[in-house]
Amino acid sequence: MSVLVLPLAAGLLMVILPAFGYLPALGGETFNVDAWQALWQRPGLHRSILLSYASGLITTLVALSIVVLFLAASQGTWVDRSIRRLVSPLLAIPHAAVAFGLAFLIAPSGLLVRWISPGLTGWERPPDVLIVNDPLGLALMAGLVLKEVPFLLLMCLAALPQLGAEKRVTLARSLGYSASIAWLKSVLPVLYPLIRLPVYAVIAYATSVVDMAMILGPTLPPTLSVSILSWFNDPDLERRYMASAGAVLQLGVTLAALLTWWLGEQCVKRFSQGWLVNGARNTGALAVAISGRVLLATTTLLAISAIGGLVIFSLAGFWRFPDALPSTFTLDHWQRILPSVATPLLNTLSVGLAATLMAAVLVVATLENAVRHHLPVSRSQWLLYLPLIVPQVAFLFGLVVAAESINVRPQLALVIAAHLLFVAPYLYLSLSEAYRRLDPRWVQVAHSLGVGPWRAFWRVRLPLLLAPLLTACAVSLAVSIGQYLPTLLLGGGRVPTITTEAVAMASGGNRRLIAVLALIQALLPFIGFSLALLIPRLVWAKRRQMRGAA
Amino acid sequence: MTPNLHTLHIKQIAITLAGETLLAMHRDIAPGEVLTVMGPSGSGKSTLLAYLAGFLSPAFQSQGEVYLGDKRLDTLPAEQRGIGLLFQDPMLFPHLSVGGNLRFGLPRRTNDKTQQVAKALEQVGLSGFEARDPATLSGGQQARVALMRLLLSQPRAVLLDEPFSKLDTALRQEMRTLVFGQLRAAGLPALLVTHDEADANAAGGPIIALG
Repeated sequence: MSVLVLPLAAGLLMVILPAFGYLPALGGETFNVDAWQALWQRPGLHRSILLSYASGLITTLVALSIVVLFLAASQGTWVDRSIRRLVSPLLAIPHAAVAFGLAFLIAPSGLLVRWISPGLTGWERPPDVLIVNDPLGLALMAGLVLKEVPFLLLMCLAALPQLGAEKRVTLARSLGYSASIAWLKSVLPVLYPLIRLPVYAVIAYATSVVDMAMILGPTLPPTLSVSILSWFNDPDLERRYMASAGAVLQLGVTLAALLTWWLGEQCVKRFSQGWLVNGARNTGALAVAISGRVLLATTTLLAISAIGGLVIFSLAGFWRFPDALPSTFTLDHWQRILPSVATPLLNTLSVGLAATLMAAVLVVATLENAVRHHLPVSRSQWLLYLPLIVPQVAFLFGLVVAAESINVRPQLALVIAAHLLFVAPYLYLSLSEAYRRLDPRWVQVAHSLGVGPWRAFWRVRLPLLLAPLLTACAVSLAVSIGQYLPTLLLGGGRVPTITTEAVAMASGGNRRLIAVLALIQALLPFIGFSLALLIPRLVWAKRRQMRGAA
Repeated sequence: MTPNLHTLHIKQIAITLAGETLLAMHRDIAPGEVLTVMGPSGSGKSTLLAYLAGFLSPAFQSQGEVYLGDKRLDTLPAEQRGIGLLFQDPMLFPHLSVGGNLRFGLPRRTNDKTQQVAKALEQVGLSGFEARDPATLSGGQQARVALMRLLLSQPRAVLLDEPFSKLDTALRQEMRTLVFGQLRAAGLPALLVTHDEADANAAGGPIIALG
C-alpha cells in the first residue's frame, strides 16, 4: 500500500518547489518568495484563511456532537436500528448532490421559503437575502455537516462491536446510571481513540473542500481552496506560482486546524476526568436523550428533503413563487439533458469501475498477503489515511506538474490513477475487518483436504467474502463518482464526468437542469449499493447461512 | 479407498514460544491407532495440532521431525501433508451444497465423482442429500458429512480437535462409534485432542496427558 504514498510525496514536492519560485517548465529557475508576496497582497486573503479554518473546525465539532449525542441517546431502540439502515445510502450521496439539494432547499426562492410563504412570512416574492453563499459560510457548514454525520456515524458503528459497548452500559446502569449517561461515561472514552483518524480526515476535508464550497460557500472572497483553484486555472501562467504558494498555505491551514483540534482533545481529556468519576448518574440525561434524537432526525430529514427537492425541481414545469409545488410536471429537463450526458456518464463509470477494480485487486492482495504470513494489523494504517488527511488542493496541483515534467499530459489514465489514490483507502477500510474476522479454520479445512493456497483463495475465501467485497466495491465506486478536483485537474478539464459537469453548472443557475444532473450523480452510487446488496442474495438464494453472513 | 498404510512418526518435537517450551513429544501412531492427547485448556493441545497440520503461527519456534512412513511431513506446506482435520464445528462450507462440500474433498483427478459422493452419503445414511444446503442439516447430519468429506480427500493421517464436544450427549456416543469405526476401517493413524475422558475411552488407544 506504500504505492499510495509516492504520488502524494511527488505532488507535495511539486507544489512546494513552485511556491518558492522554482518551476523550470515556466522558466522559474531560482528560489524566491515573490509568490508569497503576491499571495499576501490578495484582497480578502485573511478572510479566506479564517473561513477555511473555522468552517473545518465548526463542521467537525457539530457533526461529531450530533453523532455522539445520537449514539448516547438511542442505543438499541428502533430509531437506532432504522437509522443504521439509512446511514449507508445517505453516505453514498455525493457531496455535490447534497450541496445542490441543500441549496435548493434553503435558497430565498427554495422549497423551505415556499412552504412557509406567504402564510407565515407574507412574502409574495423571494426575499432579497443571501442564504446560499452567505459570507459567513453557514450554508457551506450545514452542507458539510449533512455529509459528515453519516460518515462519522458509520465509522462509530464499525468500531463499536469490538468494544463490548452493551456490557459496559449494562454494568453502568446496574450501578444506577441512566442509559445515555452510562454510554457517555463508559463507552465514549474508549470509542473516541478508535474514530480519531476518521475525525481528522473530516477536519482535513472540511478545511479544504472545493466542490461544496463552490456551490454553497461564500464568493467574495471564496474559501482558500476555491481561490487556489481559480488561480491555478488562470490563463496567466505566472499565477501558478501564487497558486502553489496558496496550496502550501492550505496545507498549513489544515495542519493548524488539526493542531487546534488535538489541543482541544487534550483539554477535554484533562478536564473530563473529574466529570467521568463524579458519580452523577442522571444529570443531563434528558437533555442528551432529546437533543441526540432531535438533531439526528433533523439531519436525516434535511438530507432526505434535499434529495426530494432535487426530484421536484428536476420535474418542475411552470412554478410560480410562492407555490409549494409546481403547477405542472414535465420530463422535458430529463429529455433535454440526457443526450449530452452520455459522454460524462461513460467517463464516470469507466473511471469509477477501473479505479475500483484496481483498488480491489491491490487491497485484496495486501490483505491476503497479510493473512497468509500472519502479519499483525500494522501501524501503517496511518499511511493509508494520508491521502484522506492531506488536503487534495495541496498536492493534486503538484501531481499534475510532476506528471507534466515526465511528459505525461492530463488524460483519462491519470484521472483513474488519481481516483485510485482516494478510492483504495476507503476500500481497504471497509474490507479489512471482514477479511481478518473470517474464521481461519475455513482455509485450514481446505488445506487439510489437499487444496493449495490459490485454489483455497478462489474457492473458499472469495465466495465467503463476496458480500463484504461487493459492499466495499460499492463504497469505492461511490467515492470515485463523487470526486471533483482529481477529475478536473488530472483530466485537464477534458475528461468530463457527471460530477464535474454538475459543479460547472453551479454558477449558471438553471436549477432544473442542475437538479437532473445532481440526481443522476446521486443515483449512480445508489445503483452500486443496490447491486452489492442484491447480487449476494441472488447468488446465495439457496444458501441460508450466506444470507445472514453479510 | 486404497489403504496404503503408514505409521505417523512424531520425532523429538518441541514447540517453544518466546524461549519457553510449551510441549515436547516423541511418539509413533500406528495405522488404525488413535492416540489421545488430554490436557486442560492452555496446555498446548491446539498448538500441537496446528504444528502437525502445518498452521503453526510464525510466533512459535519448533524443533523435531514428523514422518509418515518414510516421507517427511513437517517441511511440507499444509495442503501437501495429507493430514485431515476434524474440528469442534463441522465447518461445512456454507456457500456449497452438501454434494459440493464432498466434491471439494475429492482429489482433482477423480473419475466417478458423482458416484463416490453418492456412495459416501449412503454410508452415513444421508442418501439423496447432494443438493441440500448444509445450513438446513441437523448438527449430527453436518458432523457426518464433515467426516465423509474428510475421508473422501484420502488423507494418510487424521487430527481430531475435540470433534464431539459440541454435540448433544445422545449424539455424541453415536458419532464416536462412527468416527473411530471409519478411521479404523481406513487404517489411518489418528491423533485426538480432548478433555473428555469418554472420548478417550471410546478411542480405545493410548492416552497421554499434557500440561
